[in-house]
Amino acid sequence: MSTDYYRDGEAVADAKAPAGPINERWEKRRFSGRLVNPANRRKLRVIVVGTGLAGASAAATLGELGYRVANYCFQDSSRRAHSIAAQGGINAAKNYRNDGDSVHRLFYDTVKGGDFRSRESNVHRLAEISTEIIDQCVAQGVPFAREYGGLLDNRSFGGAQVSRTFYARGQTGQQLLLGAYQALQRQVAAGTVDLHTRHEMLELIIVDGKARGIVVRDLVTGAISTELADAVVLATGGYGNVYFLSTNAMGCNVTAGWRAHRKGAYFANPCYTQIHPTCIPQSGEHQSKLTLMSESLRNDGRVWVPKQKGDDRHPADIPEDERDYYLERRYPAFGNLVPRDIASRAAKVVCDEGHGVGPGGLGVYLDFAAAIERLGRKAVEAKYGNLFDMYERITGENPYERPMRIYPAVHYTMGGLWVDYDLSSNIPGLFVTGEANFSDHGANRLGASALMQGLSDGYFVLPNTISDYLADGPFEAVDETHEAVVAARKEVDDRIAFFLGNDGDRTVDSFHRELGRIMWEYCGMERTDEGLRKAIGLIRGLKDEFYRRVKVTGKNEQLNQELEKAGRVADFLELGELMCIDALHRTESCGGHFRAESQTEDGEAKRDDEQFSYVAAWEFGEDGPVLHKEALEFEYVKPTQRSYK
Amino acid sequence: MKLSLRIWRQSDAQAQGKMVSYEIDEVSEDASFLEMLDVLNERLISEGEDPVAFDHDCREGICGACSLVIDGQPHGPQAATTTCQLHMRKFKDGDSIDIEPWRAGAFPVIKDLVVDRSAFDRIIQAGGYISAPTGTAPDAHAVPIPKQDADAAFSAAACIGCGACVAACPNGSGMLFMGAKVTHLGLMPQGQPERHTRVLGMVAAHDEAGFGGCTNTGECAAACPKEIGLDVIGKLNRDFRKAAIRAA
Repeated sequence: MSTDYYRDGEAVADAKAPAGPINERWEKRRFSGRLVNPANRRKLRVIVVGTGLAGASAAATLGELGYRVANYCFQDSSRRAHSIAAQGGINAAKNYRNDGDSVHRLFYDTVKGGDFRSRESNVHRLAEISTEIIDQCVAQGVPFAREYGGLLDNRSFGGAQVSRTFYARGQTGQQLLLGAYQALQRQVAAGTVDLHTRHEMLELIIVDGKARGIVVRDLVTGAISTELADAVVLATGGYGNVYFLSTNAMGCNVTAGWRAHRKGAYFANPCYTQIHPTCIPQSGEHQSKLTLMSESLRNDGRVWVPKQKGDDRHPADIPEDERDYYLERRYPAFGNLVPRDIASRAAKVVCDEGHGVGPGGLGVYLDFAAAIERLGRKAVEAKYGNLFDMYERITGENPYERPMRIYPAVHYTMGGLWVDYDLSSNIPGLFVTGEANFSDHGANRLGASALMQGLSDGYFVLPNTISDYLADGPFEAVDETHEAVVAARKEVDDRIAFFLGNDGDRTVDSFHRELGRIMWEYCGMERTDEGLRKAIGLIRGLKDEFYRRVKVTGKNEQLNQELEKAGRVADFLELGELMCIDALHRTESCGGHFRAESQTEDGEAKRDDEQFSYVAAWEFGEDGPVLHKEALEFEYVKPTQRSYK
Repeated sequence: MKLSLRIWRQSDAQAQGKMVSYEIDEVSEDASFLEMLDVLNERLISEGEDPVAFDHDCREGICGACSLVIDGQPHGPQAATTTCQLHMRKFKDGDSIDIEPWRAGAFPVIKDLVVDRSAFDRIIQAGGYISAPTGTAPDAHAVPIPKQDADAAFSAAACIGCGACVAACPNGSGMLFMGAKVTHLGLMPQGQPERHTRVLGMVAAHDEAGFGGCTNTGECAAACPKEIGLDVIGKLNRDFRKAAIRAA
């Protein structure tokens, strides 16, 4: 079809996933992987970029094992990585509730929730490891919610019919990250991890086909340096900020991943983005980010809109029979707890039909009146107090008295750098963990699974699999004078010189905002062939304009936040185009990717397993991307059309 | 809204800083405080001026990056609210607002409103953890923890490490921050084996970083966006005394 946008390349296979019964594969792989003698580990240097759950846990664990670790983050402290903002919880197949949960059920739910676009082997491993994560975090002193008997509390979360989510009030990500942060700081004190805060990776260094280092900029002094190692781990998070407005932190960016992509690493399934149904709607043009209201609110809140279009009465004045509880109506089995992609699209449908509430009609009610009546205000306060307070601070409205207004917003990106079962990219020595890789969530991530995956990758998977690669090391020594190192550094110097020397007249943010609007409009909750083609043209035009007109003040040798943003937006512009090409080529609907042309009669997403049961792994090409397909096989969970009715 | 801002400008750590006045118009009252600064910065860049540097990231009150003293108060006038969550509806049309960085000896200014808070990380490195290498953990249900202890530990663990407590303290003390961590880990059974070495190590690192001592002024707890109470300093002192006696 659209060969004017991309070329087809060779198929790609995940060569590392063992065959055999699914519940034995991880053990098999661990046994077949080579080990590194403890005495040799200290001769091996590993760079870890990022200090979120996937980065801090990996850096700390590799340090504990005795490797020499260099860890980087752009924040002023490693404790501030965006994992900290995850609210709801973390899944684990402990079956502490005796409600029928098991490793197999978590595996099944995750494969199904991902709309059959993830690898069975990976997901099963994730489900197996989930229980170890909880043990590990408890041992670190993570203050999970507990019951009066002193045992851990669980709740049901995000479309699951069992209670397998462990949580720490509405701040689970914070507490898990602080656990990993403290483990990391312990290794810093022990001298095994060399931690560099306020440093940003701007280029990947490849020597003789292997990832051997990175180019970083000290964000305070502007000093550019090259850091060399035997392996590089990217734990650099997701790329949701390509939409400008998202629930991501302001600094979240794709630069590390995109630089690796430009150097040959495949980028997989970039169009799979998760739009979270329960965010606070945009209030105006000044808006810089969107705030998530934890999905746990849907456990007790009821979602509705007025039946009458454009009804601007106070919600309390709208009688019951004039309200449309559209999730309960359309999905009686799951009701308000349908998965995120379904809840988001349903909100878009009612708002597009003119039933939306609040500014611009872009909002639906999330109502706690029934829960307050049933449980009492005190119980609701104990469960959600901090979230209600946050809502009131942002909107100025009291959600105890007036239903919350919510609207979907970009929250998570399932796509990312392609990795095999060992979390290795197709560049030897380059590993990718957490949200930065594409591996476990398929086309849609279930609630409370991101924290699980980040920690699974960082604490348990990577430290086991990377040894198989490092067993061949230490690799041939390279220093700063090596031509590949000099060339990588020059690329960074040139880019910075370009931005600072450009005689432009438009701010970086103005370009970012415009890119975000294009992405949200054409590559957001609903995508069409026509819209995506239009978006690609618009993005190309915007990119040209960016390089002609962008204005960056100041100099390199200082803290220069505009310069930081300019580099990130430049990479987002290229990523945005690839996302649209990926979305255009995938003419089916699946998970977070909804193609208007591919829907059932009642408006549900319609997959096309015949044509699209594969991972789309894109190779960078100067004259357009090259598509490598990795076929997905389902031996244990038979693909069915998802139904939450 | 129309506002008169006076903002601390300082080009780098060595430079002499000063307050600079800016007038800003058409600020939406639904904008957050940092969004108001974004609008100002867009204008400054268009005029070819260096925008105001400030730390921020999540903008939802949890990462602890944002750090402004607004009209003399760390994180501004609204209780239990970080700067990023403060909205302009809390101000009036025509207001004058002073914006300064955290002021504390242990937090040197890097540029404008950005300060160096790495001393907090060094305090944690000195003992603010439980030694539990990956893979060594027993089953999570092996040790029950009374709910009230777990809840109290959580409340202390809610600290976001922003440093407002230090900025608010006339002595520039980091004891609320340190007390929160000592309290969190001290309430967990897993935290007991290292309880004494932890507090001794952290206090030594705190003092070495140049933070002052506590004189029970209470400004720290009043400024804390996570409402961490003064009682954690009491717990810190109690643990410290016990540990010091045992070590003597």
